[in-house]
Amino acid sequence: MQAAANEQDAVDLRRRHALQAGGLAIAFLWLGGTGAASAMMSARRQPADTAAALADGNPPFAPNAFIRIDSSGPVRLVMPSVEMGQGIYTGCCMLLAEELGVGLDQITVEHSPPSDDLYGIPLLGGQITGGSTSTRGTWPVLREAGAVARSMLVSAAAVKWHVDPSTCTVERGVVHHQASGRSATFNQLADVAGRLPMPDKVSLTDPKDFKLIGKPMRRVDSPDKVKGATQFGIDVRVPGMKIATVMACPTFNGTLASVDDKAARKMPGVVDVLRLDNAVAVVGEHFWAALQGLNALVIEWNRGVNAHLTTQQLRDALADSARHGQGIMARNGGERPQGTVIQSEYQSPMLAHATMEPMNCTVHVTADQCEVWSGTQVPMRAAEVAAKITGLPETKIVFHNQYLGGGFGRRLETDWVEQAVALGKQVSYPLKVVWTREEDIRHDRMRPMYHDVVSAVLDADGRPLWYGYRTSGGSVLARFAPGAMGKDGMDSDAVECVAELPYDIPRGSVEWIRHDMPPGIVVGWWRGVGPTHNLFVVESFIDELAHHAGKDPFEYRRALLQKNPRALGVLNLAAEKIGWGGQSLPPRVGRGVALGEPFGSHVCAIVEAEVTPQGEVRLRKAVVAIDCGITVNPGSVEAQLQGGLLFGLSAALYNGLTIKDGAVEQSNFNNYRSLRINEAPNVQVYRVINAEAPGGIGEVGTAIAAPALANAIFAATGVRLYQLPVDRDRLVQNPDALKSVVSTARHEGRDIA
Amino acid sequence: MLSLSVNGQSYPVDVPDDMPLLWVLRDVIGLTGTKFGCGIAQCGACTVHLDGQAVRSCVLPVGAIGQRAITTIEVIGNTPAGQKIQQAWLDVDVVQCGYCQSGQIMSAAALLARTPNPTDADIDTAMSGNICRCATYVRIRAAIKQAATGKAQVPQTMVSAPEGAAS
Repeated sequence: MQAAANEQDAVDLRRRHALQAGGLAIAFLWLGGTGAASAMMSARRQPADTAAALADGNPPFAPNAFIRIDSSGPVRLVMPSVEMGQGIYTGCCMLLAEELGVGLDQITVEHSPPSDDLYGIPLLGGQITGGSTSTRGTWPVLREAGAVARSMLVSAAAVKWHVDPSTCTVERGVVHHQASGRSATFNQLADVAGRLPMPDKVSLTDPKDFKLIGKPMRRVDSPDKVKGATQFGIDVRVPGMKIATVMACPTFNGTLASVDDKAARKMPGVVDVLRLDNAVAVVGEHFWAALQGLNALVIEWNRGVNAHLTTQQLRDALADSARHGQGIMARNGGERPQGTVIQSEYQSPMLAHATMEPMNCTVHVTADQCEVWSGTQVPMRAAEVAAKITGLPETKIVFHNQYLGGGFGRRLETDWVEQAVALGKQVSYPLKVVWTREEDIRHDRMRPMYHDVVSAVLDADGRPLWYGYRTSGGSVLARFAPGAMGKDGMDSDAVECVAELPYDIPRGSVEWIRHDMPPGIVVGWWRGVGPTHNLFVVESFIDELAHHAGKDPFEYRRALLQKNPRALGVLNLAAEKIGWGGQSLPPRVGRGVALGEPFGSHVCAIVEAEVTPQGEVRLRKAVVAIDCGITVNPGSVEAQLQGGLLFGLSAALYNGLTIKDGAVEQSNFNNYRSLRINEAPNVQVYRVINAEAPGGIGEVGTAIAAPALANAIFAATGVRLYQLPVDRDRLVQNPDALKSVVSTARHEGRDIA
Repeated sequence: MLSLSVNGQSYPVDVPDDMPLLWVLRDVIGLTGTKFGCGIAQCGACTVHLDGQAVRSCVLPVGAIGQRAITTIEVIGNTPAGQKIQQAWLDVDVVQCGYCQSGQIMSAAALLARTPNPTDADIDTAMSGNICRCATYVRIRAAIKQAATGKAQVPQTMVSAPEGAAS
């Protein structure tokens, strides 16, 4: 940074296009008025100040915040979204490269710095990667950004050669003029292009000429990832850095009373013991020393108001709200008609994210600057909290985003960044704070628990005339983006995928009963958010209605979808591909269908499961049919649906956080299980091809998983699951079954230390 | 002072005997390709090879290693099995977030070196100790088979299906 400061005189800002208010229409501003409407990405602007120019190497050609072309070397593409496995770096590169006219082998990718102005996603109103919005929110802007750059590079060539730009062509980073046989690379043209005015209008590539978009492209981040060369947040190494690990008060809202650190401080490699109001950290020369030191502390906690809290208390209170609480109407379909009434209650548990990479953050706080390294879904928010905690202005926060070892919504939070900065400002050296897995599970911002009362009135044929839905749970949105709450206090996430059903049901009533958790239990976004919960309830219940009507669950849905061609399309496709109804299945094997329209996409999953006499569930196969409109990378769509579905099945089979004495009982992968390869079925993905606007994809598979599984288990056993995760005790065939081999657990013959 | 043989190089390290190899690799030697996921040998993110055998480095005290050869993700591509596995991982496009993939690849390379033509059951046995929260299992299985046979394992089950539209 010192050396860079001396180069300031050499920075030429004339070729940089300054920030100006843009005119982007914002369809749905999540942050509801907290951000200026201009604070959104644009194809035609980038920061024009010296600091920014130095940070990005001040390339001769940088027509916007996404494209950097130097006088030599690959084209550098700056990613507005963050990469947490969903493949968005590849998708963004495809959009930019398609219009720019380069191959994916000719580019390198860079993480974006924090900036709502430059990288704010129109659908969310800020620099946020979440809600399966990245492709939906950025694809027109990124294509235009590529086209703007290409247009300027072509103009540069035309100026040099004194020819008409329309007679030039672009191929793989080279501008050609066929008539004269001249050509020039983007590198050679960068300097001239950088001095040209910005074109007002550019033409985009005709979809029939796409070279990249719509093709199954391999990921741009794989080559480093298979070599262990990718730097995740936890891999950051800064000269002079020490490593800390931390323990927060196990009870929600508890605080640190006292800590005896005499033994810890004597341990080899222990450097320091740091205190916060609700946590204590040990700093070591390496993580092991820090962990040994932490284990040697004698800590007294003030366990606080939640000291005796249990899961059952939370469940009971929530059930009471769902049954008797005053709701906010999301859909008011009037009086309930006469007919046969079916009613059920469903419960969904709290969930941890358990990203493979535990929470971590590296900070270096000095008198006039705070430098932060961490992988986050919200770079701007992370920088803002660092400013708040250090008291430094935001211009003095230098934030370096990293590859994320999983996000799933966990890294939409900033709690661990806040904690690391609060610890880091107590010491003079750079400090990397790494959570143990136990800390990660116990101090997650967990998916809320829900209780739902769902009902329907059926006509004589068993077809629903009316449906009723009362859902009760905490609100993530109210904390995360209060401005996005409805005027009436409605949380749109709470009723997503149920306020509007895909089915032709004439009337209905949908209510949300807000039920805040006790202080200290902070609920957060979890992959699939509202739809993951609501689709489990709705699609399980539709299966119940089909069963009550004596109809096949596929045919029952089909009859209700005659006015919804896209939903019917995926239902038919999935059924065709798995061969629904075409063969008889062995005993205690069943297929479950689930259908939904989450995140602007249309999806149908069919899961085939076997339930052993002992109640163990074996997943045999799964088929997913998806209509997500225009597809940027079919390879990513397939991968996200495969992985997303299995992520959802894993949670449905195994996961629920429980609380005892005010603390989370689970702690690691031994008691917070995750699906393993021997438990994972093949997942086939089929796509309906059309030219509709793109839908989201990163959370769709997860959102549709649980109901498909629950319906398969019902088909296999006749047992309806009203509660997740799957309760194996309810699936035991009969008491005698338990006398035979109980365990279907995985083989233990693998290599192990 | 211990001396460890890591990736063909000798490293003198001044650490306690009971310190797990994982932290010596990451925080002392500076090889960060091997990952921390659980600390209790449940997730496999920390898998390395000890004389060619896959082991969980998060529970392996360095004092127990002696002169056995430690191999990490950074150089596994220099072995025939490791090279095949890495190439198949790229061809099949296995990776998502990538955090667990160092461990997955180390387990798969050990499997392939020992069992050149693994069955599904062999794959389950060798790979079930490696958790992938992105759940890339379908492609991991395909990639191991592809590495073994050299034949494309139809990783792309996706097909164009306009006929699947509404009827």
